[in-house]
Parts: sequence; structure tokens; C-alpha cells
Amino acid sequence: MAVASVASDAATEILMPGSEDEAIAAFGDGTEVVVVGGGTIVVPDMTYRRLRPAKALMLGNAGLSGIETDGSRVTIGAMTPVQALVDLKAPLGPCASNVADLEIRSQGTVGGNLCAGEGYEAPRGDLQGAFLALGATARSAAEGDVTEEPLEDFLAKRRERLLLSVSFDEPAAGAFAGLDRPHTHDYTALAVSGARAHDGTLRLAATGAGSWGARLPSAEAAAGDPAAAGEAALQDVTPHDDALASAWYRTKVLPVLVRRVLAELKESA
Amino acid sequence: MNLTVNGVAHEVSGSELAPLLDVLREELGSMGAKAGCHQGGCGSCTVLVDGEPRRSCLLPAGYADGTQITTVEGLGAPEDLMPIQQAFVHYYAAQCGFCTSGMMLAAQAYLDRGGTDDPEAIQHALAGHVCRCTGYSKIIDAVAATARGDSFDLTTTAVGKHTTMANGGPE
Repeated sequence: MAVASVASDAATEILMPGSEDEAIAAFGDGTEVVVVGGGTIVVPDMTYRRLRPAKALMLGNAGLSGIETDGSRVTIGAMTPVQALVDLKAPLGPCASNVADLEIRSQGTVGGNLCAGEGYEAPRGDLQGAFLALGATARSAAEGDVTEEPLEDFLAKRRERLLLSVSFDEPAAGAFAGLDRPHTHDYTALAVSGARAHDGTLRLAATGAGSWGARLPSAEAAAGDPAAAGEAALQDVTPHDDALASAWYRTKVLPVLVRRVLAELKESA
Repeated sequence: MNLTVNGVAHEVSGSELAPLLDVLREELGSMGAKAGCHQGGCGSCTVLVDGEPRRSCLLPAGYADGTQITTVEGLGAPEDLMPIQQAFVHYYAAQCGFCTSGMMLAAQAYLDRGGTDDPEAIQHALAGHVCRCTGYSKIIDAVAATARGDSFDLTTTAVGKHTTMANGGPE
């Protein structure tokens, strides 16, 4: 059952930049470039011939890993392993703990998780909801131009830009509620993250209720009444059928998860 | 690329994006890491990279450049088994054996992190490893016994004695 090595027929040009500046230059305008974070998605896609990139930009030596705190501002490098987040406060810590297993969390990166294309049988991007709830910004590059913008704006064009880091202000309170995974290797079927900023702003976001993470503005507006907020969340997303859960099931469970997150936020207030 | 496998340094050419598993098995002839699903789902290819467990089917070989890689052959030799290996023998924790090298390496990394004999903690540490013989309780028993520092008489086995199934496990 040998699967032929990608090494033997490598037509892929490998780019291994040694710094952020080199990574930005190597990415260029992104044409024909597949970005490799930890490799947990790209490597098996190449093994099974679902992907045969002309150029692979391997970021392992580009110095983009690490968590920095400046006052209340937290900046997480795109190459930081998901495992490095598990002890952070909610929603990020419990959300990261809910990603795959120890080995894959230790190799898979924050940038890879946020930028992953849609999966073959389920959405990817487990961390998107948690970062959206934190009101995170994304610092990214294309054609040598580095910009920082709200993560929501970045996610829509995540294939066209090279993510360098994400930043957010430590929230006053945070919460996470997700469906238990039947197996540790399942992607997040459905999860809701919530955070209250120090200025009182409440943000809610879902992962697994669409192609990628989505804010739940209708639920946020109704947050004073958790039951109403749960139902309102269904106006913000269109749950879908896939291998992990049916649209019907997601529709039934999303309000429950919203209520749990609001209850947890209230407790920690 | 320079890969040190079980203490032996190798100079390897080829794509930095090739899975480490393929380099180990096909270029270096090191067969301890098993090729199961080749997509990170089974755990049988797990090796230690600088002491940390990694899925070698997912890890680009270029990311292992300059590291110390330990495969199951890097644990104890047959005449000088390490405690985790002795425990696997004693508890009959390997049935068909396909998951065993990944299981033992992940378990050794767990023990090296100071892991205890708490069955839930062991389950959590081995969560990404699939045993299709479903011999999980014996595997967890073996890891727990090693964590406790038990010594093992390898002339007998503990088959049937489930030390972690206090509530009604078979005797």
C-alpha cells in the first residue's frame, strides 16, 4: 500500500525564507505559491495528489513564531503552534485545546489554521471564531505591502495574502462552547466563542456554521436575553450539511451554544 | 538536510517538503515508524523530534533538519528493554503491533513530561493514536504502571488483570 514519496517526483520549487522580510519577498503577489505553515494540511494533500503546487513557501525558519504581550495587547505570530495557545484564557485557550491531538496541535500553526481552505468533508479553521470574538486584527503582506486590518476582512482574502501575525486586546471576560468531537481528529463541527472587551463591547462568533468563522451580530444585539440571542444567531449564519453534522443539527445546537457562552460570560462578569 | 536518527547522523537530499516518514522508510530504511493512513489520522508513524512526539507523515523533512529523531528502534534493544517496552510486554499491550511504535513513543514522551498514572491523562496524551485491535485498556494499564515505576517480570504477563478497571474489570 506504499504511497509514493513526493520527494521522488518533486516538481515543486521550495522556498525557505530565513526572516519575515524574506518571506514577504518570496510570497510576492502569491501567484502559484502554496504557503506551508506546520505542514499538517499541505503535506497530506500533496501525498494524496490533491495538491501539486508550483511553489511551496515553507515558513518554518522565517521567525514568525511566538506570543508577545505589550500591556493588554497580545500579538501571536502566524507560525506559533496551536498548542502554544491552550493555556491562554477563554475563548482562545479552550478553543485551541479542541483542535486535533497533541502531536498535530504542536505542529499545526495559528496561521495555517486561520488561513486553511475549506476542507473536503468539513470546514476548517477551528480558531477563526475565537479570534473573531476577540476582535482580532490580522497583519499580512502581498506584493511587498504590509497592512493590518480586522480579521474578518482578512479572512475573505486569506488566499491572496501572507498572514504574518494576529493581535487582540485581552478581553475582560471570555467564553467558549463547542460540540464534543466524536474523535480527536475531527474538525470543529460547531463552536461558539464570546468575549467582552474592557469597554463593554460584546462579540460572539461561530466556527462550523458556514465556510469560515462568522460574527453573530444579531445574537450580540440580543445578548441581554440569552434565549432570544440564541435564536437570533440563526439569522447571522446559514448552517450546512457535511460529514460532521447536518444543517438541521447545527440549527438546533447553535442557539444552545450561544446560550452557554452568554451564561459563562455572565458568570465571569 | 541533516537528520540524526537514533543517534546516527544522515545527510539526506530530496525535497524539504517530503514527509519525514517517507525519508525514514524509503531513503534511510528505518521501518519502525509505520505508514498507516499517511494523513495524520492514525498515529502509527509517530516519532520523537528532539524528544517531542510528531506525526512523521505530516512533518516536512526540512523541518526536521538538524534535529534528533527517535524511532521505536531508539528505545531499548530487545535484550535491554526500557520500562515502557517491558510494560507493553507484561500487559500484553501490543496485539497486532501496528500502532505500538507510535503508542510507545507518545507514551515515553508523556512520561518524560512527568505524566502520572491517571488514566484520563494517559488517554488525553494518546488521543491521536488508533489501535484497531482496540486494546486500549491494556495500553493504558502499561503506561500507568510505567508511570508508577512498577517493575515487570517478563516471564509472566498480566493478561486478564486490569489494574485500571477497578469497577468490574475481568480478573
